[in-house]
Amino acid sequence: MTTDSTPDTPDSPDINDLEKELLGFLEGHTGTPWDADTDLFGAGGLSSLFAMQVVVHLEKTYAIAVRGADLRLDNFRTVRRMVELVDRLRVPATGDLHG
Amino acid sequence: MTTDPYEEPPTPHALTVLGAGVMGVGITALALGHGLPVHLVDVDQDRLDRAGDRIDSEFRLAELMGALPAGTPLGTLVTGTSPKAAAAATAVIEAVTESAATKAAVLSEVSALVRPGTLLVTNTSSIPVDELAGAVERPEELVGTHFMNPPYLIGTAEVVRGARTGDPAMAAVRSLLGALRRRAVVVRDAPGFVTSRILHPMINDAARVVQEGTATAEDVDALMQGCLGHPTGPLRTADLIGIDNLVDSLRVMHERTGDDGCRPSELLLRLVREGRLGRKSGRGFYDYT
Repeated sequence: MTTDSTPDTPDSPDINDLEKELLGFLEGHTGTPWDADTDLFGAGGLSSLFAMQVVVHLEKTYAIAVRGADLRLDNFRTVRRMVELVDRLRVPATGDLHG
Repeated sequence: MTTDPYEEPPTPHALTVLGAGVMGVGITALALGHGLPVHLVDVDQDRLDRAGDRIDSEFRLAELMGALPAGTPLGTLVTGTSPKAAAAATAVIEAVTESAATKAAVLSEVSALVRPGTLLVTNTSSIPVDELAGAVERPEELVGTHFMNPPYLIGTAEVVRGARTGDPAMAAVRSLLGALRRRAVVVRDAPGFVTSRILHPMINDAARVVQEGTATAEDVDALMQGCLGHPTGPLRTADLIGIDNLVDSLRVMHERTGDDGCRPSELLLRLVREGRLGRKSGRGFYDYT
């Protein structure tokens, strides 16, 4: 884990909780446990339509908007990458209004 | 250049799509994403009001999967309740409910509005094109397509040449599918053509297996995916097609072939009665909420 790179403020919930919640969401929807580093959409993995469900889930749960260059499957390939994306998007730079 | 835009369309293709259901919206998103202008028509104004948001969701999925050509500006979308817009179209794609009577009525109306020589496409999963050709003014202009859902993620489309379909219409549909970057596989006319004739009875059997308690939907799909290489599993596919549409399509084939494998299973009928229509209603064999 690289929690040292992100300042731990009271407003940003713990990365571990985020990872745990996502793994729980995936297991709940697929009936299979996943590792944080598994390629979810590789051979025999999940469908593109499920990927979109995951995007919508992240947006609703963490009040983020995944837009533009961020909206690409590579950012959702593993739970770890999703955690990175959510963590980046929920602390936007000041004045960065988009969408 | 001061030519009348209605005489000389600014792009080689300008579509009118009839029906803002799952396939009408998906085909519209595919076309807009490839820079083609679309006039989307539905009799239900509420449905048209929601179409913009639904098309945006389709674009997001297409974007996520990198399915649209980079650097192509989106085509412009206009919506309306009147099919009169078809008069300015280079091609009309009918994507209304999978009922021969409904499709025939809509095609008959629109064929009286279009300029002669305009490509008429019926998007159907099962109804023989030549049955519908009887309803239009110039049967040689009508071609069948069977786009899969979602059309922008599936690179191949089944194209159906009816007994009366003319060569110019076949050339026009190839050109249109080329502009949409879809590969066309042309087949002869028959109930269910190729894909539905094979896939739908299989899905029907998958539902029977669940109905009889042999296995759960999850296990049926896991076996078909894991052992037989089916990409999504038959029951997840059923949810993607829409169970109501699947039942309509099975009935069309059952009525025309007498094949009992096409008689909709009790479980499919029950799901439709309960409003569990698949992804579009949030629930079918699986829960998407």
